Amino acid sequence: MRMHVWNAICDGLYKTFIYQDRWEWFLRGLGYTILISFTAVMLGMLIGTLAALGKLSKIKPIKWISSMYIDIIRGTPTMVQLLIIYFIIFAKVNLSPWIVGALGFAINSGAYVAEIVRGGILSIDKGQTEAGRSLGLTSSQTMLYIIMPQTIKNILPALANEFIVLIKETAVIGMISNIDLLGAAKKVQGRTYDYLYPLLGAAIIYYAVIKILSILLAKLEARLRKADVR
Amino acid sequence: MIYINDVHKSFGELKVLKGITEHIVPGEKVVLIGPSGSGKSTLLRCINLLEIPSSGTITIDGTNITDPKVNINKVRERLGMVFQHFNLFPHLSVMENITLAPIKVKKQNEEQAKEKALELLKRVGLEDKSDAYPIQLSGGQKQRIAIARALAMDPEIMLFDEPTSALDPEMVGEVLEAMTELAEGGMTMMVVTHEMGFAREVASRVLFMDGGYIIEQGTPEEVFENPQNERTQSFLSKIL
Repeated sequence: MRMHVWNAICDGLYKTFIYQDRWEWFLRGLGYTILISFTAVMLGMLIGTLAALGKLSKIKPIKWISSMYIDIIRGTPTMVQLLIIYFIIFAKVNLSPWIVGALGFAINSGAYVAEIVRGGILSIDKGQTEAGRSLGLTSSQTMLYIIMPQTIKNILPALANEFIVLIKETAVIGMISNIDLLGAAKKVQGRTYDYLYPLLGAAIIYYAVIKILSILLAKLEARLRKADVR
Repeated sequence: MIYINDVHKSFGELKVLKGITEHIVPGEKVVLIGPSGSGKSTLLRCINLLEIPSSGTITIDGTNITDPKVNINKVRERLGMVFQHFNLFPHLSVMENITLAPIKVKKQNEEQAKEKALELLKRVGLEDKSDAYPIQLSGGQKQRIAIARALAMDPEIMLFDEPTSALDPEMVGEVLEAMTELAEGGMTMMVVTHEMGFAREVASRVLFMDGGYIIEQGTPEEVFENPQNERTQSFLSKIL
């Protein structure tokens, strides 16, 4: 009896990962998941910073557009946003799904990053701005040399968290294409008619990637904290 | 040098300055005293436009700085400001704190700016701290660095907003000493302070403010020894 269970497990693993080099599917899927996440987080930080500055701007139209963007993105499901971008906005353009996905997730993440950055900027003591301005620095110089460096350090943990959330969120790309890690699991499942091993495999790989990333980010954070004590 | 003409300032319903007219000549050391909430700091902050006056004009060397078209940054280059809470930049070293504005605003090259910074650090007695970060300094040291930072822009006028109020008592002396030295060098200064000893010793003129008005003014002897106004008398009797 024990032997029988063991054989079934080996057979499941073999069909899922070894047969026809299916581990390569998972690897390629993981590659896309990382590529999409990384591109999206980088673009998202850029968009988010601009939107945060926009929302804090004194110029009414810029403030309005930034606030609207943040509000709409945070108020609608990621999946709906992705479908709109893929099937409506880029319907006539022949772009690789991973690029559309990365763009979609960047626009989505940007709204959350914007609120993180805005909170970070507002948490810096007003005296810092006054000191900068009293020395003759312009408001953009004050932002660039005095406020932003302090903000980034403060919001790093929140940004790291956003990155981790984003990696998991990218599984939604399955709505437009099966190129990612979860997509690989689904393709394998389509061949083997077995849910257990492909999904469990994907889950374990997601978990491992996020664990490694968490450890790396915690290390980076600790190093920045150390610089505080000096 | 500075003409303040009928300046009013309100924060919403709260009227903080109710018509200040004053003239400060080059080389003067004007000390503003008065109870909390009397408008001393607000007046000082109006002079470098950290607060925009609600009405009235302020003219510095013929430039009407309350004109909305004026380049605020150009005006501020000529005014140094020292704050109660120092407001050093915590992410920059002492040297970088001092050289940031000369490099970015006055477009000095790094060598020039550093040379000048070292000279200023020597003047405030902290030449060994140029690589330190603000978190490693005592309050008195921070405030002396803040003074050096303001001086690095070669201001014509220095504004001090309660520079010793946030300090431990044993550190007040070193900051006042640096300010006295600056005064002796001929700098035009406006100082909001509760240090009456400093006012007595350094001020060329003392302004007593209460309730948004300048109630009384004169030389330190006149104001401290023989105050004319009842409110000045009662204020001084409480603190001296």
